[in-house]
Amino acid sequence: MLKLIGSRLLQMLLIMGVISFILFAIFDSDKFKKQIAVNELGGFAVSALSEQDYQAWLEKKGLNVPFYQRYLNWVAGVAQGDFGKSFEKNEPVADLLATRLVHTGLLALWVFALMIPLSLLFGVVAGMKEGSPQDRLTSFISVLTTSLPEIATAIILTVIFALGLRWLPPNAAMVNGWDWRALVLPVLTLVLYDFGYVARMTRASMAEVMNSQYIRTAILKGLPYRRVILRHALRNALIAPFTIIVLQMNWLLSGVVVVEVFFQYAGFGKLLLDAALFGDIYVIQAATLVAVFVAVASQIISDVGYTFLNPRIRFA
Amino acid sequence: MTETPIVEAATATDRTPVLECRNLCVSYFTRAGEAPAVVDFNLKLMPGEAHGIVGESGCGKSTVALAIMNYMGRNGAIVGGEILFQGRDMRTMTQEELRRIRGSKIAMVYQEPMASLNPSMRIAEQLAEVPLYHEGVSQREALARAESMLEQVRLPDPKRIMNSYPHQISGGQQQRVVIAMALLSNPSLLLLDEPTTALDVTVEAGIVELIKEVAAKFGTSLIYISHNLGLILETCSRLTVMYSGEAVETGAIHDVFDNMRHPYTRGLFGSIPVPGANKNARPLAAIRGQLPLPYARPKGCFFGPRCDYFVEGRCDQPPLMMHEVAPGSSHATRCVRFAEIDWSAAKASVAERQPVQRGQVVLRVEDLSKHYIIESGAAALIGARRTVKANEKISFRAHEAETVAIVGESGCGKSTFAKVLMGLEPASAGKVQLGEIELANLPVQRRDKHTISRLQMVFQNPFDTLNPSHTIGGQIGRVIRKFGVESDPKKVQDRVDQLLDIVKLPRDFAKRLPRQLSGGQKQRVGIARAFAGNPDMVIADEPVSALDVSVQAAVTGLLMDIQREHRTTLLFISHDLSVVRYLADRIIVMYLGQIMERGTTEEIFSPPYHPYTEALLSAVPIADASVRKRKIVVAGEIPSPTKPPPGCPFQTRCHYMIKGVCDVTPPPLREFGADHVIACHLEKDALEKMEPVITAGTAA
Amino acid sequence: MTTANISLDTAPVPFNVRIRQPTALIGLVLLMWVPLTLYVMFGPFLSDTLKSFVLLPAIPATVALYVIAVTSWRESPVAIIGATLVFFWLFVAVSAPYLPLIDPNKPLAPFAEMGAYKKDHWFLLGADFKGRDMLSRDLWGCQRVLVWGVSATLVAYAVGAFFGLLAGYLSGWWDQAISLVCNILLSFPVMVLFILILNYLGPSGFNIVIAVTFASAPAIMRIVRGLTLDTRSRDYIFAAQTRGEHPLRIMIFELLPNARGPIIVDACLRLGYTTVAITTLTFLGLGLQPPDPDWGLMIKESTKVAMVWKFSYMLLIPALSVSSLILGFNLLADGLREMSLRD
Repeated sequence: MLKLIGSRLLQMLLIMGVISFILFAIFDSDKFKKQIAVNELGGFAVSALSEQDYQAWLEKKGLNVPFYQRYLNWVAGVAQGDFGKSFEKNEPVADLLATRLVHTGLLALWVFALMIPLSLLFGVVAGMKEGSPQDRLTSFISVLTTSLPEIATAIILTVIFALGLRWLPPNAAMVNGWDWRALVLPVLTLVLYDFGYVARMTRASMAEVMNSQYIRTAILKGLPYRRVILRHALRNALIAPFTIIVLQMNWLLSGVVVVEVFFQYAGFGKLLLDAALFGDIYVIQAATLVAVFVAVASQIISDVGYTFLNPRIRFA
Repeated sequence: MTETPIVEAATATDRTPVLECRNLCVSYFTRAGEAPAVVDFNLKLMPGEAHGIVGESGCGKSTVALAIMNYMGRNGAIVGGEILFQGRDMRTMTQEELRRIRGSKIAMVYQEPMASLNPSMRIAEQLAEVPLYHEGVSQREALARAESMLEQVRLPDPKRIMNSYPHQISGGQQQRVVIAMALLSNPSLLLLDEPTTALDVTVEAGIVELIKEVAAKFGTSLIYISHNLGLILETCSRLTVMYSGEAVETGAIHDVFDNMRHPYTRGLFGSIPVPGANKNARPLAAIRGQLPLPYARPKGCFFGPRCDYFVEGRCDQPPLMMHEVAPGSSHATRCVRFAEIDWSAAKASVAERQPVQRGQVVLRVEDLSKHYIIESGAAALIGARRTVKANEKISFRAHEAETVAIVGESGCGKSTFAKVLMGLEPASAGKVQLGEIELANLPVQRRDKHTISRLQMVFQNPFDTLNPSHTIGGQIGRVIRKFGVESDPKKVQDRVDQLLDIVKLPRDFAKRLPRQLSGGQKQRVGIARAFAGNPDMVIADEPVSALDVSVQAAVTGLLMDIQREHRTTLLFISHDLSVVRYLADRIIVMYLGQIMERGTTEEIFSPPYHPYTEALLSAVPIADASVRKRKIVVAGEIPSPTKPPPGCPFQTRCHYMIKGVCDVTPPPLREFGADHVIACHLEKDALEKMEPVITAGTAA
Repeated sequence: MTTANISLDTAPVPFNVRIRQPTALIGLVLLMWVPLTLYVMFGPFLSDTLKSFVLLPAIPATVALYVIAVTSWRESPVAIIGATLVFFWLFVAVSAPYLPLIDPNKPLAPFAEMGAYKKDHWFLLGADFKGRDMLSRDLWGCQRVLVWGVSATLVAYAVGAFFGLLAGYLSGWWDQAISLVCNILLSFPVMVLFILILNYLGPSGFNIVIAVTFASAPAIMRIVRGLTLDTRSRDYIFAAQTRGEHPLRIMIFELLPNARGPIIVDACLRLGYTTVAITTLTFLGLGLQPPDPDWGLMIKESTKVAMVWKFSYMLLIPALSVSSLILGFNLLADGLREMSLRD
């Protein structure tokens, strides 16, 4: 087990190294640097930027050295917890990221807290009896909710609860300080989108287990139905959904961008998009690495958890 | 009959039967409508009696077992008749009453032990559940009972097994666990649904022995469902033969085996290779035609269209009832004409044939070895490697027009050997010569068209042998073009037609897709494909083991006819000694990658034997009541090929094992006769003193 | 078990065989698709006369395809509902120029409400903040997302399936290398990858195709690789190998056709994802560009001005339209999967 975790961590470091290097190489082009220079120096279009000003700017920012050298500097900085400075906001990237990550973390926490029990419950109940009314209902709800992209769900929820009923604020910019009510719509949007997928997977897994021969054995052994479901079926049926839920982290990070932009919630996703549109290299760099870290870490957790839950692999 | 059945059929009529099925009808409801799976099934099982149900796949025998358990799945239902368990109709019981009976009064053993055990629960818990929920005993008591039951099913080291997960023990051990689970609450009825089909034959022998023993000890009634008549003969006192959902004949074992009174039963026996059968002197007779689909059964007798005794106006008039063969007898048949048919007349349809003279040596294998090196992920890091010796020093020759059989159980390396021959894997050492060409290290990509077409293969699994996306004609045609036999589309088409004629399939099959064919038909196409390039030698890897017996006979017959005609060398790989005895000229017995014994069929089946051959011969169930078998049950299971024992590979299970010799040095080759070789440490005279395992009695 | 046998025996000819002439079918699909692609992707390069009739042959082809789809899938209501939704938008896409709609880019009456009659025109679904007819914009808006979505999915599939076959069939070194690249790409949350690629390449339809390929091909590769591994050990592959067939031939003729069932189902689902991705990216400002109508663009342009109950139709209409298309793809995938399981 420790060996598995170790090798996966090593793999993660490797992947992050490769990715940060590629990112550096990409954003080192003149095109991007000029764009930032223009944004920084203000006013001009890229074409109006004189070569002289540009060179001077490069020198001032320490950008005139070859990119691998800058990359090494950057890596050395990261090792000491220094992610560089944002060009756009002129703030240390680490501080900027930290606040935004806390915001997004809160959002994600609520999403998982609501989505996991809801989708597991629906999925298990539907999968217990294939073709039953509760199965059909779950299938219908989950197809419908997965078919609504986050942007559409966000719009529909906003129109109904914020614009129509006026129960909740239409955005989560929270200019007047923290407001829990503003978090409701973003959380609901993400829960609705993820719920369908996880519920369907749980249902499929449960249905497969219920059709298996060892469940037949358990029933023909004369065990009470409760025992068959709770002890024999559930454990096997929840192995697959567990990994899927953990991997949802990856999906969530994608959904977060849309939802945060739509609701103007100052979180990690919005930071990433703003940085990308501005060309704020260090922020993009750091945010991407964080995203990749979260994604790869969730993969490791799901792998390790799967191995742990499944005795067939654990004691192979 | 070799042994006495478990308990003689109870003669007392005052006792209530354990189980009685009266006119039981079961149907499955599919999109195509109602498909009757079991029609008008009757059975009376007295306490302590063992009743066999035999039939080919799709005959409804497993459905009977599930109906007795009242577990029909979502789309099945009992549509008529009644099932009385100890005098009570199970159809009127509530779910709770059924639950109390299941697992305590009626227990079941399943075909696939691995799939029947919960993969994520320890065996201790799965066993302890039974007394815990049926008798309400304490956890400790339940565990203690579980452990003692594991001992009673002769599992070594019950403590370790209690603590294991199902995947950590072998298939034979899993089946013993399932049997232990079934016996834990001392049931009065034990249903066994093909309990040994998934196991190797030497392991099967042990399980069958165990079942007989425990049934006698606990006085349990058995219903033993199997496709194998030999197994039924060994275990049961009564028997029902099923065909297409109907019981066609039922009676005491000896009545049915010796005086069969239904043409299907007779056809079934005629297609089984029993010791007396011989490909030249007494060829097998297959049943013609095919099993009808459940919703397309003929009117009247379901066997009518395939029956030689079919008479219009009588056999096609429903309803067909069971007739007592003799008044008051328990032997009954569903044939209306049973009294008119001359049952003693030999089946004259298949004529005797001349043995074929073998020709020159076609294939020469010398000291061929194939080793794999396994580097598992973690082991690769620390440099740990394991060598798997899939084939070790294999030598033999095969002549033109000869059938050489390689026999062995799983893990014996017979399939690896085929791969090396076909050029898909390079040999590690040794030589393989096909004619003058050295093949051992000539991968298929580097063989020329002609060499490839000289050596072709027939595969095991009929559902896998043809590509489901292409038509039959397209697939055969591809071979013809690829080998350059023909290239003109018209001529290719002619050749495809010709090949379909050879394998006795209608020409319009060329346009069909594989899913529209039955298993036997697919295997015929596979044979046509192998012979499309006029090969010198054909390797047949278990070509009939996935088919029903009656179809098996037809396919082996066909294979041999074509071989005879083209004077092809046939290398027949099989685990089934009966089939091999029937069709092979020479036999190679393999165990864990090594040749244990090789010789002519005659030599293999009579002493001197290799101890493994001896055990194998004794393990094979034979469906002939007149044959006597010496019983040798080998201990344990086949070791994993990744961890072969030192010295002789068979030493762990051999009862002749000489300590300090067999487990240290590999066995020497002892030669008897021209080409009869035994690899064993036993001295020549010790080997020669062995008694025959199988002795044919008087003709049946 | 007997159940399995019976269901096997009673199985009618499966759905994908039932469309009897595959060549005719491919012809119809091309007849529908080529004009539409020409019109949408290369519209600016076409002469006005060509542009005015290039879509005409696509209309009967679309109708014919719909009829074929409905008749061959009649046993699955789910698939029929899905096909109806998808073909509705396909029909609108090919016939938009010939429908009685006014120019979707023409500003007439800003903020005209639903059903209003202004400037000699009934605004059935109202007008947007610039005064452009919502009905016309909504219907025209399906063209670009359909064409770019399907093209992107096709390209992603071609790339993913090719590498999946290579990795699954050749295994060993090939598998390791391809899987490593895929693992790196799969380590990115999809949206992050989209943002990075489109930010680097600049927003346009063609770049969306590239971005979708990078984002989806690794997942497709994994699916195809899995299917290949599953099929690779079958006897018929063994048979092809033993008659010395070239690996490429085995991959394309022996392996690929047997993976088509799961691939078709997955492709339908993926069409849905791609539609979501394009709409979302356009909303974020990284996708399709104005002025031509597109659902994502309509949402993006309206979020600033329509955050009032009275004008919420400007957001709701494109949101519901895109949802109905995605629902169509998802239902289609569900229905096809259900049918393939039954057969």
